[in-house]
Amino acid sequence: MSYRNDPYDPKQAALLAPEALEAAVAEAEKAFAQAADLDALATLKSAHLGDRSPVSLARREIGSLPPAAKSDAGKRVNVARQAVQAAYDARQAELEADRAARVLVEERVDVTLPWSRRPRGARHPLTTLMEHMGDVFLGMGYDIVDGPQLELEWANFDALNIGPDNPVRGSSDTFFVDLPGLVMRTHTSPGQVRTMLDRQPPIRIVSPGRAYRTDELDATHSPVFHQIEGLVIDEGITMAHLRGTLDHFAKAMFGPDAKTRWRPHYFPFTEPSAEFDVWFAQHRDGPRWVEWGGCGMVNPRVLTACGIDPGVYSGFAFGMGVERTLMFRNGVSDMRDMVEGDVRFTTNFGMES
Amino acid sequence: MKTSLSWLREYVELPAGITASELDTALTNLGMEVEGIVDQAGTILGDLVVGRVLTIEELTGFKKPIRFCTVDVGNSQPQEIVCGARNFAEGDLVVVILPGGELPGGFKIGARKTYGRNSHGMICSGAELGLSGDHSGIVVLPADTAAAPGADARPVVGLDDVLVEVEVTPDRGYEMSVRGIARELATYFGVPFTDPAAIAVEKATAEAPYAVSVEDTAGCDRFAARVVRGIDPNAQSPDWMQRRLIQAGIRAISLPVDITNYLMLEFGQPMHVFDLDRLNGGLVVRRARAGEKLTTLDGVARSLDAEDMVICDETGPISLAAVMGGETSEWQEGTVNVLLEAAHWDPIMVGRTARRHRLFSEAAKRWERGVDPALPLAALRKAVDILVEHAGGDVDERILDIDHVAGPVALTLPGDAPAKLIGLPYTAAQTADLLRKIGCEVTGEDVLSVLPPTWRPDLVAPIDLIEEVARLGGYNEIPSVLPPAGASRGLTPAQKRRRSVGRALAENGYVEVLSYPFVSPGTADALGLPPADPRRSAVRLTNPLSEEEPLLRTTLLGPLLGTLKRNIGRGRRDVALFEAGTVFLPHLTSTAPPSLVVDRRPTNAEWAAANAIVPEQPWHLAVVLAGDIEPAGWWGQGRAATWADAIEAARVAVSAAGVSEDRVTVRATEHAPWHPGRCAAILVDGEVVGHAGELHPAVLAALELPKRTAAAEIDLDALPDAPVVDAPKISTFPPALLDVALVLDGTVPAAEVQAALAEGAGDLLESVALFDVYESSQLGEGKRSLAYKLTFRAPDRTLTSEETLAARDAAVAVTASRFGATLRGA
Repeated sequence: MSYRNDPYDPKQAALLAPEALEAAVAEAEKAFAQAADLDALATLKSAHLGDRSPVSLARREIGSLPPAAKSDAGKRVNVARQAVQAAYDARQAELEADRAARVLVEERVDVTLPWSRRPRGARHPLTTLMEHMGDVFLGMGYDIVDGPQLELEWANFDALNIGPDNPVRGSSDTFFVDLPGLVMRTHTSPGQVRTMLDRQPPIRIVSPGRAYRTDELDATHSPVFHQIEGLVIDEGITMAHLRGTLDHFAKAMFGPDAKTRWRPHYFPFTEPSAEFDVWFAQHRDGPRWVEWGGCGMVNPRVLTACGIDPGVYSGFAFGMGVERTLMFRNGVSDMRDMVEGDVRFTTNFGMES
Repeated sequence: MKTSLSWLREYVELPAGITASELDTALTNLGMEVEGIVDQAGTILGDLVVGRVLTIEELTGFKKPIRFCTVDVGNSQPQEIVCGARNFAEGDLVVVILPGGELPGGFKIGARKTYGRNSHGMICSGAELGLSGDHSGIVVLPADTAAAPGADARPVVGLDDVLVEVEVTPDRGYEMSVRGIARELATYFGVPFTDPAAIAVEKATAEAPYAVSVEDTAGCDRFAARVVRGIDPNAQSPDWMQRRLIQAGIRAISLPVDITNYLMLEFGQPMHVFDLDRLNGGLVVRRARAGEKLTTLDGVARSLDAEDMVICDETGPISLAAVMGGETSEWQEGTVNVLLEAAHWDPIMVGRTARRHRLFSEAAKRWERGVDPALPLAALRKAVDILVEHAGGDVDERILDIDHVAGPVALTLPGDAPAKLIGLPYTAAQTADLLRKIGCEVTGEDVLSVLPPTWRPDLVAPIDLIEEVARLGGYNEIPSVLPPAGASRGLTPAQKRRRSVGRALAENGYVEVLSYPFVSPGTADALGLPPADPRRSAVRLTNPLSEEEPLLRTTLLGPLLGTLKRNIGRGRRDVALFEAGTVFLPHLTSTAPPSLVVDRRPTNAEWAAANAIVPEQPWHLAVVLAGDIEPAGWWGQGRAATWADAIEAARVAVSAAGVSEDRVTVRATEHAPWHPGRCAAILVDGEVVGHAGELHPAVLAALELPKRTAAAEIDLDALPDAPVVDAPKISTFPPALLDVALVLDGTVPAAEVQAALAEGAGDLLESVALFDVYESSQLGEGKRSLAYKLTFRAPDRTLTSEETLAARDAAVAVTASRFGATLRGA
């Protein structure tokens, strides 16, 4: 074999030998694998991929090869260089992933630490319960009406067929004031009187709010308490409609098992009148009937006093105590908890009752 | 009304095995409130037996005399029992509870050693058995008692009855009697009823047994009397009568008095017994003269009212008619000649008299609810019969009966009226049938003519009859039908506002309370209200529960600060409270309201005149806060609540009410009870709606509240209704941000500076925010620096720096000309 014109210098081309390239790749892979972190890896980069790295030096030798060998050698050098680069990239990705994972570990916090820099307040359960009750009736097409708490005696008593001789008009039941003709309303019914004076049937309203009676504060009584009372007046209204309404309301408040039971009673403003119990399945001491409120068909005398023709219209009315409802529904055992304003009681309820 | 099942059974044939629960249901469904049904047999557990006292040994050396007895209780060996009573002798029959038994009230009986002896059981008193209030000695059974030692003692002493106590509604006076309850139960169970008052009676005789004239027949429309002479003054009421009185809660007094009480319970007719020998001359029934004096049986000397009815003899009033007898004429020990009176009184008069004199006697309770005016002669007849049977005496055959009673009036009831109102298809025939059951006479077919019975004075209008149909037909038979839905208008703006404000404050850390609106007269002073402050003019309760707090609040702060103090007193250091409620603001010129009638609607003019006296009662909102608003914690320091938090709460509330920020102004002001240098007026559309800030140190000292306590109060009703909000145009072009630090006089309010900047910056200004307040002597005496971040943005283009700077300079120029502001560092 004559190599006369061949400038190939085996000494110089030694770097291009396949074995040498393989060794360079293996060397690089080994070094990269031993790099402990990204900084160490970076310092290895020039030794294996830089200008003075074995594969780069090998590439320089290609020019010294005979033309026939150049192509082959170039391919080998490229393969080797790509292998070194791939090893570097792989190791870099590995180390970056390690670092990201480590950062996440290092950034771990105790998420159970309490964070109450701006404590939430709370609404009073009587307020939210009254709103809840009112919303049920809004959904049944009722309006909600308010009225003055310091009320005309006429609206609180006379218009409701509570005559001047009714004992409840005495000072042992009713708060009187130094203005003649006014009392602290003893129920929210005068709101109904005001509505009837204001508009003709059909009327569907509830009047929630405060009322006053001269009871000393104890576990079950308060001189200031809340009621919600309803009034429906239209043509053809019957006791069956009253029952349907109370049953529906009971279900809305206490679930599908709820229903009402009536007991004949006497109220001046309704006739026939009843007191009613509700079947309360969630009672703490087991399902039972619980006294809830009073109801009846609006007495024709009331309609007359309020300018509604009892020959054309009939209606029903009902009422229940909000405190009483909260007591059995939410298990409040002492009236004083609802009136004293202790934040520990109210905060417990949050935004809803 | 208390009575017993055995008494009721005399007049109604109740099912033999009726249980307490069935009786309860029946009475409840009839409209009586059952206070209690007590089977007396169950009130004493274990062996309660008849015993014969064999020996008595007196034990001495103790604080009181004690007896050691042996008692035959039917066992082979006598029972040894220690007893503290002394009203019995050897050979007497007594009632013994044996060890293992239990007396009412959970008093368990065991064998025990006492006073040095073994005692196996107890000899019982009437009180211990729950039979009476008699603690004075043990029960000694009559010698002729049929029961042998060892026999069950319950039936012997009447402990085999069922006691019934019901509350009767004020319209149903007839139920205040055995007669009335028995009749109702007969209707309910469909069983026969015997009217105890349906006895043969003689009519009034031409000559009266005693001279009586009734001057006021409106107050007394019937007055009947009979006379019995020569009764045995020592005659005792029979045991059965005493027992029934005791069961009804009425003390046994004497035979004549007991008879009147007994018949009041049985018939429902209150009666009175006079000592004939203590009457001076003929009786006159009339109204009292105002100021006339009478000492009633309870020993109280009373000054009478011109509306009271009295029975008089020649000496003047001797009885407060229908309510209570007088001391001088009443039966007394030794009385042998009696005049028995059974009358009928005006219920309204009796009610007023009872309330006026605070005499709520058993008689008054019945009169007020309505008594059957047909009863007097029957009641007198039965009274005389019982009296003579037990005390002998001569009955004067003459009978007095001054009768002006107007009988019941027939009512017209359309046959379809009950069905129309009740919602059950009652026919006219069914209606007539039900009404007949309660004693009405009914005629007619489509339209019924109904004559109520004498004992039902409550049946005066067709609606009263419809109620009876519904009641007797059964309330719980009525179906459950929802009426057609209405057309609600939804919540009113005021209602929405109260809800939104309440929620917003709660979300912002405030806890809602509902204080009583009662305040003491000293509150206005404690709050430091000036003498002419309208909040000093408060409505006063004439019958407050506490004389300390007779006024109605004119500001929410008084009661709310009280609630704050209570929380602090209970160991809570950091408290933020809010309350929404009404205040009561009387009109300064107040007149008596026009009197309104009830047989027609008041005219609009009458109604307006009446309402003119009703005080304004606007809804206010108040917050109070003390301690830290942001608590300290592992994260670091807390932040104390300040005047600024109170003002922020007011702004939050106003904003939650739907009032946009540009309509709200905050202005420094002086207003009690706030600190004069730390009080803000909150204005909406230029009108003051409330105040906020730190409370005056003197107020906090007077109320013993923590220093720096802050508060706000706004008039929710003064806030405008939330408007429909215009949607903003959102520019997608970039903003230009510029900061300016202004140096100006420290007294210039920041709110005004900001308003001036906004005014000067013009339409390109998107927002302005104060980010630093700096005071330093380097700025000059009394000067401070306010640093604002201005954000500019145009709707249609990216702003050039020239435009932005021009806008900023214009903004600064307004502050310069208005307040002399200079750019810091310029």
